[in-house]
Amino acid sequence: MKTEPILEIRHLSKKFGKLTVLRDIDFSVSHGNVISIIGASGSGKSTLLRCINLLETPTSGEILFHGEEIQKKTFPLTAYRGKVGMVFQSFNLFANLTVLENCMVGQQQVLRKGRKEAEELAKMYLDKVGMYPYINAKPRQISGGQKQRVAIARALAMEPEVLLFDEPTSALDPQMVGEVLAVMRSLAAEGLTMLVVTHEMAFARDVSNHVVFMKDGVICEEGDPEQIFGNPQDPKTIEFLSRFRNG
Amino acid sequence: MWTGIQNLITQHLGEISFGAMGFWDKILFLIGYYGPSYLEGAWKTFIIALVSTVIGCLIGLGVGIIQTIPLSKKDSRTKRITVKLLRALMLIYVEVFRGTPMMIQAVFIYYGIPLMTGAFMANPIYMDPWPAAFLIVSINTGAYMAETVRGGILSIDPGQTEGAKAIGMTHVQTMLFVILPQTMRNIMPQIGNNLIINVKDTCVLQVISVAELFFKHNSVAGARYSFFESAVITMAIYLAMTLILSRILRWMEKRMEGADSYDLATTDTLAHTTGMYNYPRRGSNFDERNIEQEAAESLSREGKREGGETDED
Repeated sequence: MKTEPILEIRHLSKKFGKLTVLRDIDFSVSHGNVISIIGASGSGKSTLLRCINLLETPTSGEILFHGEEIQKKTFPLTAYRGKVGMVFQSFNLFANLTVLENCMVGQQQVLRKGRKEAEELAKMYLDKVGMYPYINAKPRQISGGQKQRVAIARALAMEPEVLLFDEPTSALDPQMVGEVLAVMRSLAAEGLTMLVVTHEMAFARDVSNHVVFMKDGVICEEGDPEQIFGNPQDPKTIEFLSRFRNG
Repeated sequence: MWTGIQNLITQHLGEISFGAMGFWDKILFLIGYYGPSYLEGAWKTFIIALVSTVIGCLIGLGVGIIQTIPLSKKDSRTKRITVKLLRALMLIYVEVFRGTPMMIQAVFIYYGIPLMTGAFMANPIYMDPWPAAFLIVSINTGAYMAETVRGGILSIDPGQTEGAKAIGMTHVQTMLFVILPQTMRNIMPQIGNNLIINVKDTCVLQVISVAELFFKHNSVAGARYSFFESAVITMAIYLAMTLILSRILRWMEKRMEGADSYDLATTDTLAHTTGMYNYPRRGSNFDERNIEQEAAESLSREGKREGGETDED
């Protein structure tokens, strides 16, 4: 089944001053893909994700959303960000709002939905991630794993076409990692298009249908999870995965 | 009512000249004869401080917000130039009014405005001391508050701004719904600080003959030649005002913090599919203990199967 890619990234480069973080990145995301981006810390994975959402401005290269360049001045950036959701490592919930309001404010302000409609949708997605009982809590009153699940619900409530996950489990203890990964697994099973930067190799292997290995700002190797984890070709990939494969 | 109190005091003191009275008698006498005058001064002090702090906060909020508008290369040239110009003007405002004594500012504005407007107007603007007082204290507070607000905005974790950006919120929306509510809560102690400083600092307004508390003290002290006794009364009044205000501010701060606890939601009109609301104690499907529990259950199920107790065979 060949589908039109939602996101296409062409020759993307990013420099912070003299330091080159991304070098000539090319890849695309199609509907229903679950893509895991793996690699050592500092290999540019997060920067790549942040460039896609234009939280960082790329130094050069193109990012096309349904064939349209998102860096053009006339491109409706806020509407685009509504369609490409993002989940952060540090949750980034709004501390002054309750769990429910966190999931409503974007719908009301960006999508211009009515209060009732926004509330219903927010509750539905909070239910989906198992956070419905906590709708009245403030972010400081819930645990890390719960915060991340709310953050996922907040992103889902915008009904995005693609959801970007920037190391969603890296700030959590092993117990909480489990609950967040369970949510992500169920989302993947439902066919949500996801782009996941992760250090959870088991997740990358079992859940995603495409794995990208990055090192020093370039894509070293990409392919099916079976191929990357079972029979990696590039020596850098082999080295990176050796601990996981042997362990 | 006051004449009653006055009569009581005169009766108590008897026919004795002011100069011959002891310390406490002098204080009683001053309270008896000048009490309403002190209170009027205190009231004026309080109103000037309160209103000017509120206006000053609004000025500070405006300046602080403009100072923190993010500019990117994507913005239009006009926007960038306007914002930069505004920022420069505001920086000058803050530096001038924070860097000079309020007493001089009072003199400068009160006497300066008629002179400056007179230079190019047929009818120069003369200001009454009363509106001038509000203007001076407001502008002065605004300069301090501008920096406080700016600091308050910068102190909010930038991750929240990113979170808002990532769901498509604009800078204005982010400020209104996420950043400013938190900023306001965080700068409450500083607003209180400013209010209390203003209560005390309005005393410099006597140079433009605003009849506030210190002005009253001066009149009374001069009329009766009783500087120390009048100062004791005045100090007590100032202290009472600031103590009451700081209690009220603490209480407001506490209220802004919101509830310490929350209720778990258990019922809703939405149709649920997961059924977890029947077992609120169990938590949600994705809670770790739940996952563990399920794993344990499936394990025991498998164990049973191996034991041959099921009717599969």
